[in-house]
Amino acid sequence: MSHPANTASPGAADALAALEAHRSYLVRYAMLQLRDPVKAEDAVQETLLAALENQARFAGKSQVRTWLTGILKHKIVDQLRAQSRETAISGLVAEGDGEDDDVAVFDALFNGRDHWGDDRPSDWGDPERTLENKRFWETFEMCSKLMSAQVARVFMMREVLGLSTEEICKDLSITPTNCWVMLYRARMSLRMCLEKRWFGEGSKGK
Amino acid sequence: MLSCKEVTHLVSESLDRKLSISERFRMQLHFRICAYCRNFRRQMTFLRQACRRLAEGKAPFDSDQG
Repeated sequence: MSHPANTASPGAADALAALEAHRSYLVRYAMLQLRDPVKAEDAVQETLLAALENQARFAGKSQVRTWLTGILKHKIVDQLRAQSRETAISGLVAEGDGEDDDVAVFDALFNGRDHWGDDRPSDWGDPERTLENKRFWETFEMCSKLMSAQVARVFMMREVLGLSTEEICKDLSITPTNCWVMLYRARMSLRMCLEKRWFGEGSKGK
Repeated sequence: MLSCKEVTHLVSESLDRKLSISERFRMQLHFRICAYCRNFRRQMTFLRQACRRLAEGKAPFDSDQG
């Protein structure tokens, strides 16, 4: 069966094929934030369809992927908001999950006087070089999966979707302090993992 | 004097809210004597940069670059 878009106009099939080329990137991007293959696929599907409908608006734009990612971001925010409404009550109960483990792990980084112990933050060198390395991004993906779902959601809303803490607090019905604590846990967890798996001595990265 | 642990909290929060003058001052004071916390601060900036790269669709994490 042919896709409706294929019959819309002669160039539509080409346009769809051009957009499809970005699918795998978009799915990985959505997976980082939604952690659910079905939801990620849905969000990407909606993005590609929306892009196809608004094709005229991006004609001539060189950064198609940036444009697509922008649309996808909105779809992900919608998903996360819907999700947070669904889990508002159960989420509050489950929020404690893994919390104590996190705190214990971070506490172990510091000595009795709350100064750095044996695992001190190292110099990560030139950020540009790292960010251009494909293998680094594989490690980044892997490390971001180590955060608890709650913490990851707040982190992605803040850092990737670019929402303010006020917006996040409102969406998830949490206090600003709660939000800052979750963001702290996310960053600490991510940096610890990257330090060990990518930047650390003996890691195969760099 | 702030401890390193307290500084890590402030560095993280500085990415999400405006710190008070006193908080900033005490943090700067700590940075002057602590290279590890300076590294930590750069690491946090790096994480933000990485996420921004991702948000812009410019993270090279697949084979079909475009």
